[in-house]
Amino acid sequence: MPTVSMTVNGRKMSGECEERTLLVSFLRETLGLTGTHVGCDTSQCGACCVHVNGDSVKSCTLLAVQADGAEITTIEGVANGEELHAIQEAFRDNHGLQCGFCTPGMIMSALDLLKHNANPSETEIRHHLEGNLCRCTGYHNIVKSIQAAAVAMGGAS
Amino acid sequence: MNENGIGARVRRKEDKRFITGRGNYTDDINRHGQTHAVFLRSPHAHARIVSIDTKAAMAAGAVAVLTGKDVADAGINGLPCGWLIHNKDGSPMKEPGHPVIALDRVRHVGDIVAMVIAESKNQAKDLAELVEVDYEVLPAAVNAVEALKPGAPQVHDDVEGNLCYDWHLGEKDPVDAAFAQAAHVTKLDVYNNRLAPNAMEPRAAIGEYDRATGEHTLYTTSQNPHVIRLLMGAFVLGLPEHKLRVVSPDVGGGFGSKIFHYAEEAAVTWAAKVVGRPIKWNSDRSEAFISDAQGRDHHTHAELALDNDGKFLGFRVSTTANMGAYLSTFSTSIPTYLYATLLAGLYATPAIYAEVKAAFTNTVPVDAYRGAGRPEACFVVESIVDKAARETGRDPAALRKLNLIPASAMPYQTPVALQYDSGDFVKNIDDALKVIDYDGFPARCDASKKKGMLRGIGLSSYIEACGIAPSTVAGALGARAGLYESAEVRVHPTGSVTVFTGSHSHGQGHETTFAQIVCERLGVPIENVEVVHGDTGKIPFGMGTYGSRSLAVGGVALHNSLEKVIAKGRKIAAHMMEAAETDVEFKDGHYRVAGTDKELAFGAIALQAYVPHNFPHDELEPGLDETSFYDPKNFTYPNGCHICEVEIDPDTGVTRIERFVAVDDFGNIINPMIVEGQVHGGIMQGIGQALCEDCIYDESGQLLTGSYMDYCMPKADMVPFYEVGTNVVPCTHNALGVKGAGEAGTIGAAAAVINAIRHATGVGDIQMPATSQRVWQAINASAAQAAE
Repeated sequence: MPTVSMTVNGRKMSGECEERTLLVSFLRETLGLTGTHVGCDTSQCGACCVHVNGDSVKSCTLLAVQADGAEITTIEGVANGEELHAIQEAFRDNHGLQCGFCTPGMIMSALDLLKHNANPSETEIRHHLEGNLCRCTGYHNIVKSIQAAAVAMGGAS
Repeated sequence: MNENGIGARVRRKEDKRFITGRGNYTDDINRHGQTHAVFLRSPHAHARIVSIDTKAAMAAGAVAVLTGKDVADAGINGLPCGWLIHNKDGSPMKEPGHPVIALDRVRHVGDIVAMVIAESKNQAKDLAELVEVDYEVLPAAVNAVEALKPGAPQVHDDVEGNLCYDWHLGEKDPVDAAFAQAAHVTKLDVYNNRLAPNAMEPRAAIGEYDRATGEHTLYTTSQNPHVIRLLMGAFVLGLPEHKLRVVSPDVGGGFGSKIFHYAEEAAVTWAAKVVGRPIKWNSDRSEAFISDAQGRDHHTHAELALDNDGKFLGFRVSTTANMGAYLSTFSTSIPTYLYATLLAGLYATPAIYAEVKAAFTNTVPVDAYRGAGRPEACFVVESIVDKAARETGRDPAALRKLNLIPASAMPYQTPVALQYDSGDFVKNIDDALKVIDYDGFPARCDASKKKGMLRGIGLSSYIEACGIAPSTVAGALGARAGLYESAEVRVHPTGSVTVFTGSHSHGQGHETTFAQIVCERLGVPIENVEVVHGDTGKIPFGMGTYGSRSLAVGGVALHNSLEKVIAKGRKIAAHMMEAAETDVEFKDGHYRVAGTDKELAFGAIALQAYVPHNFPHDELEPGLDETSFYDPKNFTYPNGCHICEVEIDPDTGVTRIERFVAVDDFGNIINPMIVEGQVHGGIMQGIGQALCEDCIYDESGQLLTGSYMDYCMPKADMVPFYEVGTNVVPCTHNALGVKGAGEAGTIGAAAAVINAIRHATGVGDIQMPATSQRVWQAINASAAQAAE
């Protein structure tokens, strides 16, 4: 089995896996980072979103071996120690989560939106979430959370 | 008001672990030495199993391959149904066997044929491909109405004509008499589309057996671990409860689909002992579509009789409900006691009669999905009321208000078994009409017309029976269990508190809401309260979370335990302050002797309870730990009015939801933020049913919408911000005055959306889901008809 190495949340990590192992499985099962979730098998739900070399990627669409040498950020790497990131605070303040299962993917995807568009409109946020499914919130408070995060992160006014 | 007490918008205590990736869902758990199971499932809707050959899989390294024969040889029973329905003639419903693994026949695509256990999930998947199953394919019954016709394929040999039951409710003669004198009769045929619940976390289960203690442990994605322990232990596997622990850790949504006892839970629990190692299974999404119980699937014909003034005289309803291939845990109660009992809606219709036939088909079993029977009832009632308004030239809001049960009539006994305790239904409608500016609709409609668009507005007034359920009533109606709830309040020596609740949170926020109740009553800081749920090893007992029951039943059990704690604390305080117990009052976290300056903080009492050096032992036991089991006196009746406004592009049939207003009466509210969130999510699920979600089976019983490629899940860009408000009328029969908020959105929303589309298009029989294709066809068929 090949050995795959990557920098995950700032730490160099490596592990052995079958060639067919998806990045999400490698993160969850080999590296024990279970914050990234699997909600479907057709790359629709977005629960597995992580950042690969700075871009939001559904980690079920990539083999672990394809991410060899990459810089990965998962939900576990968003906060600065115990200090929450502004977007995490925004999700908590705005009740942007209920069961919490889609939340890591939502947060990773929203961070990517705000990186490219610091002041998105409601419509832009809703369109951006096209690849992230939530069954609990009706999206209302997720959109509110992202709007609040944009303000907190200095984009929106 | 206590800043974190009842009524406060407290941020959720549970959120931190979820937003930092530290949730602990079943699939996040790994046990030492665990194996992985994959279930080989039938690709056919109906077939005889001629042979199964597992030799190649075993030779290629399977830890075990277990089949229906192994299950039968082990003496394992089938999965039980929890609710017995009786036919019109008093005979019991048909209850065919539901084996954990199919023995000689498969009855739906996804029926389990073998369990393949290997070192990894991928290996188990590979090995499952090596299991050779020879099937003799049989014709399938798919549509429930067709399944009841003579000559339909038989799903179970011992269920003649596929009829599970033929049941009725209400008095037929008064209804017939009402129709005989009606000035107008409105008739309606609707199909309530079948839905896949689709909690974002797929189901998972881990079975483990400890040879040293003889204890079995099941980790499972359940809304009610004690119910699973009871059903699986007592009925399926024959395991005593003191040797069986069921843990439901963080659960990623349920919506009803995680109430039921599923075959996979029994299989991993049993097989873990067989192979001597823990066994983990987690469902793929595609697997969930063919193995999680689905919802709805009713064919209904309804007739409403009105007099000349528009008053409803009588209502009769005939429904055929699809049970799927087997009876899931609560399946039989959904189209009966959770459906027909709600057919009065909010209206003072004096005579109502309902008949329900339930059919077996070669499809995935159908059971409770958020709302469970009540959305189906609301859709029938609110569709026919709207149609009656159109047919008689009345304003739909005015016709509703004319027929509403007035607040002054409470408590109100309906003709279909329920007694509503409270509600101000007129105010719900008036408030909602005001928010959406109903009077301004014609101007908005004109503006849409100028753009070449159609615009419509639709109302839906709903009531639901929640807080499930008073055990005496449930028992009389066929429930095989009581539906009370338990709560233990353990006060620790330093004054912090742990609550053990039999309710279960899979997104609802119990860890916060329940803590707020403790905070309010004991005056303890919210950070000193821990709410524990989801583990039969820790919690006295529990019936779990469904039917919007957590707060209305579990919350009241908690309230009662807190009252016991306060009462015990009063005894301790009286002893310590050398006062008569009757002179000691408790307020703001302090015991005070009335009329003196003597007082003791709750924390000091807690410490004394565990350091009782001078207690009079004949009168006062040490400790401060109280438990209550609360059985409600009646259902609770959340109610409300939803109004949807849509704009439709006649060239494409695409419906845009412009506004969605909900005014709901949930009784008293503990955390408004959490309640609003429940309503938002519920509305989206109702909109999903109305616009896009649909389990479509082909004639052979294949589910065509079996993945997110095909089953349309609602997305963020389908909706605007919802406008939600409340009209608080406290429940009259529970100590918290609460009614429950979990299902309301889903119950009310679909009819509001469809009524708006019917209004916009002028096409009265548009069915769900109103996809753009279906709407476009309806508009064009109607235009073609008009041109003829």
